[in-house]
This record gives sequence, structure tokens and C-alpha cells, in this order.
Amino acid sequence: MKSYFPFLSNYRKAIYLAPLLVIVDVICEIVQPELMSKIVDVGVKQKSLPYILHIGMIMLILSLIAIAANVGNVYFSSRTSVGFAAELRKGIFTKIQTFSFSNLDKFGSASLVTRLTNDVNILQDLVMMMLRLLIRAPLMLLFAVFFAIRINAGLAIIIAIAIPLLSLSIYFLLHRGLPYFEKMQAKLDIVTRVIQENLINVRVVKSFVRENYENKQFDLASGDLRAMAVKASGIVVLIMPVMQLVMNISIVAIIWFGGVEIISGHFQVGQLMSFITYITQILMSLMMLAMSIMTFSRAGASSKRILEVLNQQPDILDSDEAILKNRQPQKGKIEFRKVYFKYQEQSPEFVLKDISFTASPGETIAIIGSTGSSKSTLVQLIPRLYEVTGGQILIDGADIREYTLENLRNRVALVLQKNELFSGTIAQNLRWGNPQATQEQIMTAAKIAQAHEFIMSLPEKYESVLGQNGVNVSGGQKQRLCIARSLLKNPLILILDDSTSALDIQTEANVRAALKSNSNPPTMLIIAQRISSIRSADRILLLENGEINGIGTHEELIHGNKIYQEIYHSQQLV
Amino acid sequence: MAETINRKLTPAGLPGRRGKISSEKPGNALRVFGRIFTYLGDQKLSMFVIILLLLVNTLATLSGSYLLRPTINKYIIPHDIAGLINMIAVLLALYIMGSVASMIQNRMMITVAQRTIHKIRTDLFCRIQSLPLQFFDSHSHGELMSRFTNDLDNLSDSLNTGITQILSSFLTLTGILFMMLYISPLLTIVTLVIVPFMLWVAGRIINKSKTYFSAQQGALGALDGYVEEMIRGQKVVKVFCYEKNALDDFEVLNKDLRDKATHAQLYSGVMMPVIQNLNTINFALTAAVGGIIAIVKGLDIGGLAAFLQYSRQFGRPVNEISNQYNSLQAALAGAERIFQIMDEIPEKPDEPQAESLQKINGDVEFRQVSFGYSPANPVLKKISVMAKAGQKIAIVGSTGAGKTTIMNLLPRFYDISEGQIFIDGINIVNIKRDDLRKSIAVVFQDTHLFTSTVMENIRYGRLEATDQEVISAAQLSGADSFIKRLPKGYLTILESDGGNLSQGQRQLLNIARATIARPSILILDEATSSIDTRTEIIIQKGIDQLMKNRTSFVIAHRLSTVRNADEIIVLEHGQIIERGNHEFLLQLKGRYYQLYSAQFD
Ligand SMILES: Nc1ncnc2c1ncn2[C@@H]1O[C@H](COP(=O)(O)OP(=O)(O)OP(=O)(O)O)[C@@H](O)[C@H]1O
Ligand SMILES: Nc1ncnc2c1ncn2[C@@H]1O[C@H](COP(=O)(O)OP(=O)(O)OP(=O)(O)O)[C@@H](O)[C@H]1O
Ligand SMILES: [Mg+2]
Ligand SMILES: [Mg+2]
Repeated sequence: MKSYFPFLSNYRKAIYLAPLLVIVDVICEIVQPELMSKIVDVGVKQKSLPYILHIGMIMLILSLIAIAANVGNVYFSSRTSVGFAAELRKGIFTKIQTFSFSNLDKFGSASLVTRLTNDVNILQDLVMMMLRLLIRAPLMLLFAVFFAIRINAGLAIIIAIAIPLLSLSIYFLLHRGLPYFEKMQAKLDIVTRVIQENLINVRVVKSFVRENYENKQFDLASGDLRAMAVKASGIVVLIMPVMQLVMNISIVAIIWFGGVEIISGHFQVGQLMSFITYITQILMSLMMLAMSIMTFSRAGASSKRILEVLNQQPDILDSDEAILKNRQPQKGKIEFRKVYFKYQEQSPEFVLKDISFTASPGETIAIIGSTGSSKSTLVQLIPRLYEVTGGQILIDGADIREYTLENLRNRVALVLQKNELFSGTIAQNLRWGNPQATQEQIMTAAKIAQAHEFIMSLPEKYESVLGQNGVNVSGGQKQRLCIARSLLKNPLILILDDSTSALDIQTEANVRAALKSNSNPPTMLIIAQRISSIRSADRILLLENGEINGIGTHEELIHGNKIYQEIYHSQQLV
Repeated sequence: MAETINRKLTPAGLPGRRGKISSEKPGNALRVFGRIFTYLGDQKLSMFVIILLLLVNTLATLSGSYLLRPTINKYIIPHDIAGLINMIAVLLALYIMGSVASMIQNRMMITVAQRTIHKIRTDLFCRIQSLPLQFFDSHSHGELMSRFTNDLDNLSDSLNTGITQILSSFLTLTGILFMMLYISPLLTIVTLVIVPFMLWVAGRIINKSKTYFSAQQGALGALDGYVEEMIRGQKVVKVFCYEKNALDDFEVLNKDLRDKATHAQLYSGVMMPVIQNLNTINFALTAAVGGIIAIVKGLDIGGLAAFLQYSRQFGRPVNEISNQYNSLQAALAGAERIFQIMDEIPEKPDEPQAESLQKINGDVEFRQVSFGYSPANPVLKKISVMAKAGQKIAIVGSTGAGKTTIMNLLPRFYDISEGQIFIDGINIVNIKRDDLRKSIAVVFQDTHLFTSTVMENIRYGRLEATDQEVISAAQLSGADSFIKRLPKGYLTILESDGGNLSQGQRQLLNIARATIARPSILILDEATSSIDTRTEIIIQKGIDQLMKNRTSFVIAHRLSTVRNADEIIVLEHGQIIERGNHEFLLQLKGRYYQLYSAQFD
């Protein structure tokens, strides 16, 4: 509960005002039956017209006050609940932004999306309901009970029996229903994931003609969700009839005991009527309570899921010292010192073992190695996307943990192997590298990445709109856009992780030449599979099974390294 | 300023900006309603029973309160204890019957509602599956997902309890009206005087809230779209320190949603208390007039009490209806968005004379094929290619030349504008689309995997394949050795899109999935671009053996991948500029030779 206070802090005033207005409303409403019984018992019995009119006027005025109070309450509670939801979404989104890669892997993107929208909506409903009903219901209950006791304390004993009985049965039903709501949200995650995957993989589905298969799979997932929803709601929905039953039996009991009392002359017919009215009111407020409880039960599950995200500790954070010193990388020297790494604590083997090498400023180091030899892993450690398990990585002589993430990542440009573009125009996408970039700078970067020419051939040039993840450009075009985007950062260290694999050799050579022609070239790490892409590098680092197998120039390796020779020969065109 | 907002809003893939989904037309509500009811109509029997039970419950409750008057007048006032006991018994029986009916009815409704939602959900999914690729190119995933979750959720809430509550409210209302008329027609008229005014107020409020609910669902969809894209691209966000900007963009959409939602909630929230208090005013009026009538005309006190009781009860169903009608607005707004997607036009159905092909040989011919994703922008110009069964055709050329595009045309992902494509001499337009696609296996340039085990991912190529066959497919495509080293081998669960694998490993799995399908035609689009060349040689041997008598198309930039092709086609700007085998092209000293020498510059 406390975790949510910060998201409500902007609405403190509304949170006090809304219930206050509810109290006004309840008072207005609660005295109405009292007044009504006065009309019957006093006005009609004494045949006093002015009295009836007088009471009628009071009732009218009270209603008008109630309307005003209610509208006010709705205003404050809508603003608060919707505002709370917006703040909460922002909070979750902000939190997700601090997540490390492994945090993200843990939740999965589909689940994060449902948490951020669906679960938050459920909490919004809860807040709304709390502000509108939660105070109202018990208050009404209290008043109604009070008036009922005032009329006839003896009969009120019936209420004293009914309410605990009711609470017990509600508790019992909720206790059974609640766990199902949690399971239901988890099933919803699965449904969302299946949808998301099918959207992403639509080409695979279509090419293997698996539409029916996927439909069946979805039918299963959706059927699971349905079953869980039926279980959850099916139990909770019983609360209402149970309540109705208990209350109606109470009414019967009241008629019986009240009737007997009237017969024995201790009780008035009008009083019995008001008593029954109050009982109905008690019933109504209990119904409201039940509805609130139903919302609560569902919200409990959602809240748990949201808190999971909010309470997740990001793995990778700035140290206080780094923030204090605000150190900036200056030259671009990279040094690996006995670096070890594995993705999961518990996995027995290291993915990277005993990696040590140095890249001096401006140097180009190529990394080659077979599939799964941990090339990508190695370079992802440099901008601290993952944290080393053992050893140290230094930039310009300082451990990377001594820089803030922002300072570090702003100077290290990593073009990921599996890259993503976003829906929006080409210019917007390129500006990721530098939101302030001028058109000039954007074009320069695009030219170096050999993307300018094809962009200019598009009808709307730099303003052409890309689909989600760049579906409407070719593989090589996507890669070049990604390179240009990284270049706009004006990085000190540039890492290309297999980023030219979809380029033809000519274009790739052009990119390399353009990068080299820079007067102040960044330190470059280039991962590639083609010898032609790497032979001109200052040094080549050969990775095999997560270990450095050889390091040296092309000439050195071709003579001294067996694996390198094999790679070389595999690419010769006889 | 306007520029920045514009800039901020676009990455969200706002509907209408790129999507072609038509915006909401007013007056559709009835049609949407009708469609929801067609779904409910599938469960006529259940609905019938539900309505019956509803009737029982309502009648029981109503007659319960009706019996109050005779109980007081006939038994309590005349001091008739025996009669009172009888009445009590009757009341008890009625109430218990009502509650039991309500219990059963509630449960049944949940079942019916969830079955309906399930049906709509799967229908929506099936419909999306049948849409052409252009649709997916132009719609944001998150926005589509939002229709499954948020929009459907609104509908679900409404179906669960809303519809029966409205029905029962109407029943109660009629019942109460009837009773009131019975007791005092005159007073009834007094009570009803205010009703037209109530309806007018309700109408105004409903109109407003409806507009805002539509807007709210739209804004929610847009936010979902943005969030989905950003969270899926989180790694890129991290690399670019784009967190703050992403947050800013998010805030624009978030605020937009907040404003629209506030309005929607405000208008829908005001409905109930306003109507309720109008009703109380009405009640005050009735009480006063009733009192006067009682004095003047001598209505019995029991009668007046009962009447006032009813006129008070009158408010409750009115309330309920107005309240439920409002949440129905949210549901309708959601349903409308769902039906919009269902109304999208699916892939063109097969021609009536389309042939069903069980086994094809694999002769492929492109004859003067031209194509462009948009008519204004031709990508391929008069392409002609002949491939005989058993041949291996390679396509090389600069990036963006149209290589992938050619191969998208063969399985008819897009339909060509000019020229023809033949398989075994039959125009592919005249082949059943499913048969056509089943005989072709494509390994796409982008890798795609599903969240499930390695085994299942490979088996996706041919669902009836045995475990042994999966393993041999993996061996054939060089994936076996790394799979065996995974923590649980073939039973390792892949995270979303193979997140826990290296890129090359993902490609290996994609190849394995294609080979297990034993297709007549195999298309490898840069399928080995991230795989090291030593592994690639293994794969190539495997594939060559598999494709011995079948046709394969290979797109690659690495010339070592394509050198042993029967024919190499050099594509430039959508046109074929050179063709022939490796030696021939080298001697030609043209573009291919250029690419070749670039390797050794
Ligand atoms: N997120 C992850 N979680 C767990 N294991 C991973 C993860 N990413 C990669 N791996 C494993 O770590 C090893 C090294 O992967 P990496 O991506 O670094 O290889 P690579 O050298 O880049 O290969 P490729 O040339 O195919 O891109 C692989 O065996 C892979 O399965
Ligand atoms: N879905 C699409 N919608 C619109 N245009 C597209 C789409 N896909 C590709 N294009 C455009 O069509 C042209 C050809 O693209 P294609 O993907 O066929 O190139 P490619 O030869 O495969 O290049 P690469 O080697 O880079 O993969 C490009 O200019 C690209 O921008
Ligand atoms: Mg890699
Ligand atoms: Mg391509």
C-alpha cells in the first residue's frame, strides 16, 4: 500500500475532499427515510398539510445539496484515480528504463506491457471505487444501523446477527476467489505473448502455413484464460446473491418480531416501515461494500504484479562515487583485465574466460570467431549492458564502473547485432544518436554509413516513415541506418557487432573507408565473419569458446594460427 | 513547439497516421450491439435459462415487497398471529427461491460471457492471421495487442454482469410500475412526471461519455503501441541512453490518455448520482403529494407506506440502468475497435479454378515480373528467371537491390503487378495458396523464433516430425553441436525470439526448421550471414544433400556461399544485369568480378 503513496501525492487535497463530500451526501440521504416516516406518522395522521409541505421542502433541498456534493465527489475522484494511474504508469515505465538486460529478460516484454496497461487500469478502478464507495458504504451502514437501533434496539439484534454472518461468508468466498485472479492475470500474460509473437513472426507463420496451428494454440491459451476467468468471477459473483439472501431473511425476521411487537402494542406501523427501509439501506451499503471487495480482490492480483516491477532492483546502477566524480572518457583506450563472465550465476561454465587485451585510442581491432564463441557477449560488456563476473574492464585507465552509465554509454557506440528501428521517420530514428543533431550532421552520418544515397531515392527522403522495426526497408538498409544512428553520437569508441553482414562487399568497403577517413577516428571494435571485412584492421582477435585463441595482424595470424588459416581457406574462391 | 509535439507523437504509431483503420462513425452503436448479440445468440439455450432465472428472481423480490402491505393490513393490524406465520413462511420461500435463482443465473452468465469473450478473442486472432502482410507492415503491434486486452476486457466486464443487470433492472422497473399503478394510479402519474426530464439528462450525459470513451480507448491503444515498441527495443534504448527521451515521448501519450480518461470517467461517474438524486426529489414530491392525497381522499396508511416504498425502489433500477449503460459505453467503444479489425480485408481467396498441388517438382519460372510495394515506386523491373528442379540459383547484388523482394513474391506474400510466376508450368495465381506455401520453405533474413523448447521450434517446420527427425535436421544444419551444450539440450526453453542465443545460433535453428519441412523449393535469404564460414561449409554440405533433386534459391553477400550455384544472378536496382556461373561471371569482368575483387583489395 505504502508503495503507492508517491503516485497519489499530487492529489492529496482531492483525497481529503472526495470523502468529505461523500459524508455530506450520506447525511442528506440518510435522513430521507426518517423524514418520510414523519410524513406518514405525523403529517397524515394529524392531517396537517403545512407540516407535509414543510417536510417535503426539506427533502427537496437535501436532494439538491446531495447532487452538488456528488458531482464534486465524482470530479475529485475521477481526477485522482485517472491521475494516479497516469503517475503509476509513468513510475513503472521509468522503472523499466532503469532495468538491465537481465532484468528485462526476467519479465519478458509482453508481460511488462500488460502490467503497465491492463494491471494499472485495474488499480485505477480500485482508487476510483475507494474514493466513491468505500467511505460511503460503511458510513451508510453505520448511520442506518444507528437509526435502526434508535427505532427499536430489540429488533436491531437481528442486524447484529446478520452482519457478522455476511462478513464471514464474503470472507470465505473471497478467500477462495482471490488466488484465481492472480492466475488469471498470468494467463492473460500468456495470451498477450502469443499475440505478440504471432505479430512479430507473421512471416514465419504464413510461410509454413501454420495459421490453423497458431489458431489452435491461441485457442488453448485463450481457453485457459477463459477457464480461469470463470473460476475467479464465478466465485466472487456469488457474493451478491448470498448477501441478498441474508438480508431478505433478516427482513422477514423483522416483520415477524416487529409484527409481534405491534400486536402487543409496543411498536408502530410507520416505525416498522422505516425500520425496513433502514434494513434495505444496510443491504444497499453492503452491496456496495461487496462490489468494492470484488474490485479489491481483482486489484490485489494486479497490485502484486505491479509491485514486482516497482520493487525489482536494477542490477546495474551508478555508484555514488561515479556520480560524484562525473568522470568522462577522454581518449578511448580500452583494456580488458582477466575478464570472466557468465549470464546466470548458477551456470557451471563461464561464457568468457580470462580475456585480456588492450586497444589503444584510434586503433581498429577486429574480432572473429565461430558462432557462439561469445563475440557479442564480449563487446556488450564494454558499455556495461551486462556486468563482468570477474576481472575488470578499463577505459582510459579507469574501471568502467567509475563512470556513470550515461557518461559511459554516450561515448561508446554499440551497433547491436540484432538491431531495432522504431516506427517514425528516418530522421527521427537517426536522431536517437543525438536529439539535437542538425540536418547537416544527420546527412554527414548517413553519408559515412553509405545510407544517404538510398534515403534520397525514397519519395520523402529523410522524412520517409518507417514501419515498426523498419519492416519497409531492406536488411542492408536497416543495418546502415543503425550505423548512421550510432555515428551521430560522435563516439569515442565505436563497436560494430556484425553490423555489415547484410551489406555487399563493395558497400561495406565504402563504409570502412569512410570511417577511416575521419580525422580523429574512434577506437573501433569490429565483429565480422568475412576475412575481407577484417583484414585491414590493426589487429585481429580470434575468439574460440569464449577464450582468446590468437591476437595479431592478418599476416601474423595467417602464418601462426591454425584456426585462422582454416577460416581463411574456407572463404577462398577457387 | 508544434513541431516537437509532432515529432514526439509519431513513434507511437498512432492509429490513423500509418494505419488504415477507419475512424469511428457515429450511429454505429446499434450495429456493434447487434454483433455482440450474434455472439450471444450462439448460446440461445443458456441465455433463455438465464432470462428465466432472472425473471424468477425479480418476481420473487417484487412479490416479496408487495406482500408487505397485506401482511401489515391483514395480519399485523388485526393481530392475527397464525396468518402472520403463514405469510412469513411464504416470504421466506419466495426470498430463498429468488436468491437461489440469482446464484445460478449469475454463474451461468459468467460462463456464457466468458465463452463469448473467448469466441470473440479467437475470432479476432483468426482474422488477424488471415490478413495480408501489408497490414502487419503498417500497424503497431502494441496497438493491436491492446485490442485483445483492454478493449476486450471492457467488453468482458460488461457481459459478466452488465447485461443481466440491465435486464433485471428493466424487469424490476416494469414490475414496480405495475404495482404502483395498482395501488394508486394518481400517485403513479405524479411519480412519472419527472421521468422525461431524467431521460433527457441521462441522454446528454451518455452522449458526452460515449465520445470520451472512444477517445480513451484510442489513446490507450496508442500508449500500448508505444510501450510495446519501446520495451521490446529496450536494449537499443539502453545503448543510446535514450531513457529520458523515451520517457518524454511516453509522457505526451500518457498525459493525452489521462485527459481523455478523466473526461470519460467524469461524465460516466456523474450519471448515477445525478439520476439518483433526481429520483430522491421525485420521492420527496411523491411523499408530499401522497400525504395530501391520503388526507384528502383517505388512502390507507399501509397503502401509502407501500407506495412510497415502491417509489423509492423505483430509483434503484433507474440508477442501475443508467450506471450500467455507461459501462456499456466503454464496452461498446472497445467492441467497435475490435470489430474494426475483424472487418479488415483478408488475403485474397484462392481463384475458383485454383489447383491443389500435392507434390511439386520444383521448376520455377519468373517471366517478366515487375513489382513495387507502392505503385509509385517500382522495386523489380521485368525480372525473368528460370530454375529447373534440382538447381541451385544464387542471387547477389547490392543491398536494397530487391533480392528479398523477389523471394517474397514466390510464396505470394505480395501479389505482383505485372508478369507471371510459374511453378511446374502452372501460374502460381492458380495454385491454392496453402499448397503453394507448403511446398516452399523460407529462411528469412531476420531470424524468428517462438517462446518454447528448441525441439518445438525446429518441429514447427513439420509438426508431425519425430524427435529423432528433429535431431537429424539439427545435425544436418550444423545446429546439433551447440544445442547439446545448452543447459537442457533440446528441451531448453528459448526466451522471446531466442534472446538467450547468439545471433548465429538463431540462424542455425531457422535453417533447421526449414530443412525439416523437406520442401520442394528452399529459399535461403542471407540465412548464414552471421554464421562463421567453417560452420557454413558443414551446413552447405547438408543442404546440398537435402536439396539434391529440389530447387533452392540462395541470397548471399559472401561469395563463398554462392560460388557453387548452377546460376548466379546479379541484381542491381531491381534489374538483372548479369547471369551465369561463377567462372563465367569472373571472366565477364563485370559487376560480379568487381564484387569478387573487392574481397581482396
Ligand atoms: N542473454 C543470454 N542468456 C544466456 N545465454 C546467452 C545469452 N546470450 C548469449 N548466450 C550464450 O552465450 C554464448 C555466446 O553468445 P554470443 O552471442 O556472445 O556469441 P557470438 O560469438 O556473438 O555468436 P554469433 O557469431 O553467432 O553472433 C552462446 O552460447 C549463447 O548461447
Ligand atoms: N515491406 C516493404 N514496404 C515497402 N518497401 C519495401 C519493403 N521491403 C523492402 N522495401 C524496399 O524495396 C527495396 C528492395 O528491398 P529488398 O529487401 O528486396 O532488398 P535486398 O536486395 O534484399 O537488400 P538487402 O541485401 O539489404 O537485404 C528497398 O529499397 C526497400 O526499401
Ligand atoms: Mg554475436
Ligand atoms: Mg534482403
